[in-house]
Amino acid sequence: MTLTIYIPGDSGALALGADKVAFAVEREIAQRGMDARIVRNGSRGMYWLEPLLEVETPKGRVAYGPVSAKDVASLFDAGLGLVAHSTHPLALGDPQELLFIKKQQRLTFARCGITDPLSLDDYRAHDGLKGLTKAVGMTQTDIVAQVTESGLRGRGGAGFPTGIKWKTVLDTGPGIQKYIVCNADEGDSGTFADRMIMEGDPFVLIEGMAIAGIAVGATKGYIYIRSEYPHAVAVMREAILIARQQHVLGSRILGSDFAFDMEVRVGAGAYVCGEETSLLESLEGKRGQVRAKPPLPAHKGLFGKPTVINNVISLASVPIILDKGGAFYKEFGMGRSRGTMALQIAGNVKHGGLFEAAFGLTLGEIVDDIGGGTASGRPVKAVQVGGPLGAYFPRELFDTPFDYEAFAAKDGLIGHAGIVVFDDTADMLKQARFAMEFCAIESCSKCTPCRIGSTRGVETLDLLARGIEPQKQIELVTDLCNTMKFGSLCALGGFTPYPVMSALTHFPEDFKPHPVAEAAE
Amino acid sequence: MQPARTDIPTRTVSVINDYRGLEGPLLPILHGLQEEFGYVPQESLPVIAEALNISRAEVYGVVSFYHDFRKHPAGRHVLKLCQAEACQSMGSDAVAAKVKQALGIGFHETTKDGAVTLEPVYCLGLCACSPSAMLNGEVIGRVDDDKIEEMLEVIRA
Repeated sequence: MTLTIYIPGDSGALALGADKVAFAVEREIAQRGMDARIVRNGSRGMYWLEPLLEVETPKGRVAYGPVSAKDVASLFDAGLGLVAHSTHPLALGDPQELLFIKKQQRLTFARCGITDPLSLDDYRAHDGLKGLTKAVGMTQTDIVAQVTESGLRGRGGAGFPTGIKWKTVLDTGPGIQKYIVCNADEGDSGTFADRMIMEGDPFVLIEGMAIAGIAVGATKGYIYIRSEYPHAVAVMREAILIARQQHVLGSRILGSDFAFDMEVRVGAGAYVCGEETSLLESLEGKRGQVRAKPPLPAHKGLFGKPTVINNVISLASVPIILDKGGAFYKEFGMGRSRGTMALQIAGNVKHGGLFEAAFGLTLGEIVDDIGGGTASGRPVKAVQVGGPLGAYFPRELFDTPFDYEAFAAKDGLIGHAGIVVFDDTADMLKQARFAMEFCAIESCSKCTPCRIGSTRGVETLDLLARGIEPQKQIELVTDLCNTMKFGSLCALGGFTPYPVMSALTHFPEDFKPHPVAEAAE
Repeated sequence: MQPARTDIPTRTVSVINDYRGLEGPLLPILHGLQEEFGYVPQESLPVIAEALNISRAEVYGVVSFYHDFRKHPAGRHVLKLCQAEACQSMGSDAVAAKVKQALGIGFHETTKDGAVTLEPVYCLGLCACSPSAMLNGEVIGRVDDDKIEEMLEVIRA
């Protein structure tokens, strides 16, 4: 029987040498004349163990990691987990039994890291297409009702109820061109869930978009992927071709009368295009400038037509909701945050990766227990949650549960659930300055608070760093943040105050002049 | 070798024809041109404007809005260093300083011999293996002194 060896093709694994490992494995297979094949799966999301090599044995999978090319020959010598009682220093046993995996509730990422991303047969064998199969036999109203019932909220950051968005587009009536747009412009630092699912289980996103299309009466979809993700672009494009060949997309979805097709569009390095109206402008071939709302994209979206625009994870969560029902999904979570969230634990952290769990874990559990503290071994100083527009949390707020409302109550946001850990060497004034600088670089320049405010913010924080009238600068920055928060058109200018003000509020000691250090300059 | 500048309009038309059937074709066209020429030539802009029936100013406005589109050819290699928060937490500042020092250039600059263009990038989605970089489209995680040296060897080869 052919032996199957899994080596992730996920770009995180590639960045750690997975291609070199695959090459070495190929060579060993050839030299030893073995009957074996390599599957380039997605990542399970344990990046401290990547490249994670897995072997399909009669007793299930056996994992090894982190594997480098030079370890490969010894893995083969040790029998690749096929020989009883053989051990290898990199052996991890059954990957499903690893604590990091075992503690998760994987709904959206159920297949990621397990299946061959580009095998539709594999996808079907692991419960794929069950949601779409149900959807083609349901009324549009019923599909939307299931999504509403599930309590799913936009996973891109805004947390708007997905079902309500869909209902608005459905209610615009039949007979008009409508669009499904997937926002895969995952620009927030600390986030990689969209990338992982696109590279590791692209069919789940295609299935989710097809369900959305059927639900609201849209026949065309676009996935707008950032250009920084070339691997995700390639996998999605190939998956769409396969889906089309096998009638998951096209004029008769799964043999039904529903038609839906989609294509990938690539961004061009503008962070602001992750904002939904800016993304629509960009798709239309314009400067990615934010639109004033209303009109909402649900009424006048892409090319002025009713448009559902959802984040990758929102859409990829839809198939399981349709398969198991809104009530099933709703069982997970707390308060008004229902279902699971794909937490992305990143930065200076020992066990960085993707951890899907029901809402409600505290920040401390995520950082200390699951993440294992810092990679540097130094104390955790601050954790930025929700990307460059998210607040910095000190240890004193580690009891905050992961929930949209709980984070808002602490002047923060969960955003796309990126969690970036910093150790005690972090300079929070520098981080605040970076937030302003980033806003200045990425501002679409349409509104004044964002365009001018961010530049003035950098200048003011520079004066503060040099110890020039510090009290006055702090007052100015506070006032400026207030103006940006309430006067900006979109979240870029509107949320930049979160990292700035949280740094200032929770780490005031970093904003005091350092006379000794400055004197040396 | 640089393309003869006289054939830019002809080659531009050919790229436009590949994408003009799409809804909202401008970004795909600009990506196509950058792939064809290595940058978006000034000479292409009026040709696009004519083909899509929009003003030259609109085309210029779009090209200049996006960080990806180059006005000049890049070096033979393009090295992008992530400078976003997750990488900052793992010392991306120090990585950037070392690379700049070794190459003798800053961000958005190309070495005099045309070997490499150095650019900052704000997130490659490799935040659990920071600091990260991308050399000619290849991703590199947990960049340390050894990996910097490996990248420099590729660039100098």
